[in-house]
Amino acid sequence: MLDISISYNKFKFLGYEFMTWLWFAIEEGKLINTDKKPILLEIGNRIVFENSLNNTIETIIIKGDEAGLEEGILALKKGAVVTELNLVYKENEQKWQFTLKGENLNIAGIKTPDTGNIEKQEDIEGVILEKVYLYNKVVEIIDTLFKKFIKIRLSNKWNDETVPLIRNWINS
Amino acid sequence: MSLLSSSASITRFKVEGKIEEPIVENIENGLMTNVFKEIDNDSTELSAGWTSINNSFKPDFKGSSFVFGTLFIFSLRIDKKSISSKIINKYYNIEMAKRLAECKQEYLSSNEKKSIKENVTNILSLRIPATPNIYDLIWNYEESSLWFFSTLKNAIENLETLFSKSFNLSLINLFPYTTADLMIGLSDSDRDVLSKSSPTKFTEQ
Repeated sequence: MLDISISYNKFKFLGYEFMTWLWFAIEEGKLINTDKKPILLEIGNRIVFENSLNNTIETIIIKGDEAGLEEGILALKKGAVVTELNLVYKENEQKWQFTLKGENLNIAGIKTPDTGNIEKQEDIEGVILEKVYLYNKVVEIIDTLFKKFIKIRLSNKWNDETVPLIRNWINS
Repeated sequence: MSLLSSSASITRFKVEGKIEEPIVENIENGLMTNVFKEIDNDSTELSAGWTSINNSFKPDFKGSSFVFGTLFIFSLRIDKKSISSKIINKYYNIEMAKRLAECKQEYLSSNEKKSIKENVTNILSLRIPATPNIYDLIWNYEESSLWFFSTLKNAIENLETLFSKSFNLSLINLFPYTTADLMIGLSDSDRDVLSKSSPTKFTEQ
């Protein structure tokens, strides 16, 4: 394996491409889990883009619950990449919200459905395990989607099918 | 408890290596060897060590108290004393004036000045309590994975150092390349394609 710090910087683009592919897949309704059921993932209230222009880096942030994403598409048209996505996941009337960072796949500001209350010392273990279960839902989804992305990214399908579809989406 | 807070941040790691049997006892020993040590009553400016998830200010790892189901859950505590340079400067000037008056001199040598500054910093470090920062972690031993509840660079560096020192195991940060390389089960040919991949231009027609 390559040196960690070298591979971190050299392959940062993989995370940014994952973010762009994810946004495209959400908008085009292409997210399906291993059971061939749709993954109910939506774009949340913030997208961050980065554009390298003449050796300077421009950061574009679109935020707000009612934020229009047209500016985001415009940023992509100008060559920007998606660096962060705020996402909402829904399952059985429960809601998770979190920000996924492309550079390092860190999960920031994760909000899960409520757990039970801690009323006695004996409740702590149950509540902690319930919270871990809720975090794991998000981790599993990210892992599933990243694996799917990498499999496509490393195959001929990426250049032959996926990239043209993403370009059409950007330009539509 | 950052793990139970209403909004948390997670950095993920792969744990390289295994602990010798008996695993729980050996992990307990690792935790006890590097348990958090208070610094409020000495002049140390920084302390980092392990503490209990449910009693951060009185760590106790006995009786498998860090074992939750199949997971090991505990916290990294980092205490730091922050003394403003303006405060150090104030007391340094007071001490210097006192010393000049005592020895009836107009100037002090650079060694004397250095010694006064160190003395002032040590005295202030004893008087100022350290600010605690507590970061929880979940270690899934069976799956060799670890979730650290912080994305702060300094906290991550402390975690990597202390984890290696305590358990003789390495942590590999799971960012896009390492996740693809280590966690997806790629074939050798896929791994080769990965290492030669370059950025895609989505605007190019």
